[in-house]
Amino acid sequence: MKIAELVKAVEGNVICCHENLQREVEYAFASDLMSDVLTVQVDKLVLLTGLANMQAVRTAEMSDIPAVVFVRNKTVSEDMIKLAQDNGIVLIESPYTLFRVSGVLFSMGLKPVY
Amino acid sequence: MHFEYRVQGGDFVRAGQASSQVKKILKQLNVASQIIKRIVVALYEGEVNIVAHAFQGKIYVDIETDKVRVVLDDVGPGIPDIEMAMRPGFSTASPIVREMGFGAGMGLPNIKENTDKMKISSVVGVGTRLEFVVNLKE
Repeated sequence: MKIAELVKAVEGNVICCHENLQREVEYAFASDLMSDVLTVQVDKLVLLTGLANMQAVRTAEMSDIPAVVFVRNKTVSEDMIKLAQDNGIVLIESPYTLFRVSGVLFSMGLKPVY
Repeated sequence: MHFEYRVQGGDFVRAGQASSQVKKILKQLNVASQIIKRIVVALYEGEVNIVAHAFQGKIYVDIETDKVRVVLDDVGPGIPDIEMAMRPGFSTASPIVREMGFGAGMGLPNIKENTDKMKISSVVGVGTRLEFVVNLKE
């Protein structure tokens, strides 16, 4: 699925890196625990999280995660945007809960990692 | 090639900057992306450990033709029981560290998982040294 389709499905607001909205994602992982995210080996993964801090973006950078959805209108800071821009990571804010975002994307065919 | 980075304990905004720079260097050297990921995930976990538990630390990275060697040396409380610290789920992290998305006791096991060789030595009240090696060729 293209990141752009995912954005539409979760009523997302794209904060940065619009140029990468056509990239493909195949898997999703929902977690606020970054050490858990860092154990995931698959590529083409979108991270769904309620953790809106620098470490969420850093974790995406280290794990080659192309997009992060911040649920329940968490605010993304300037530092986070800058780091995401340096690495071309798409940051998306969604008004939905983590449960709803997960449900919507699962029903659209995004795969779980385990 | 040899690189050194300083890490400040408690500084969660900068945590990951060293790992980020190492990632850029490895990319420039055209190392395969799956291998870069293993190195930087292990390095980032180690860097976060220094920020989370120590007062300060240094990271030494040596990139050789067939492997990358990393040493993370910190000045801090040390680890009284390394075997316990290696156990998945065991953690002494503070609530602040947990708020940052870490401190679930998965860091050291994940470093082991991503590296070809790993060694920890520690002196209580002095500091901890973590060394690991990742082979660049399969």
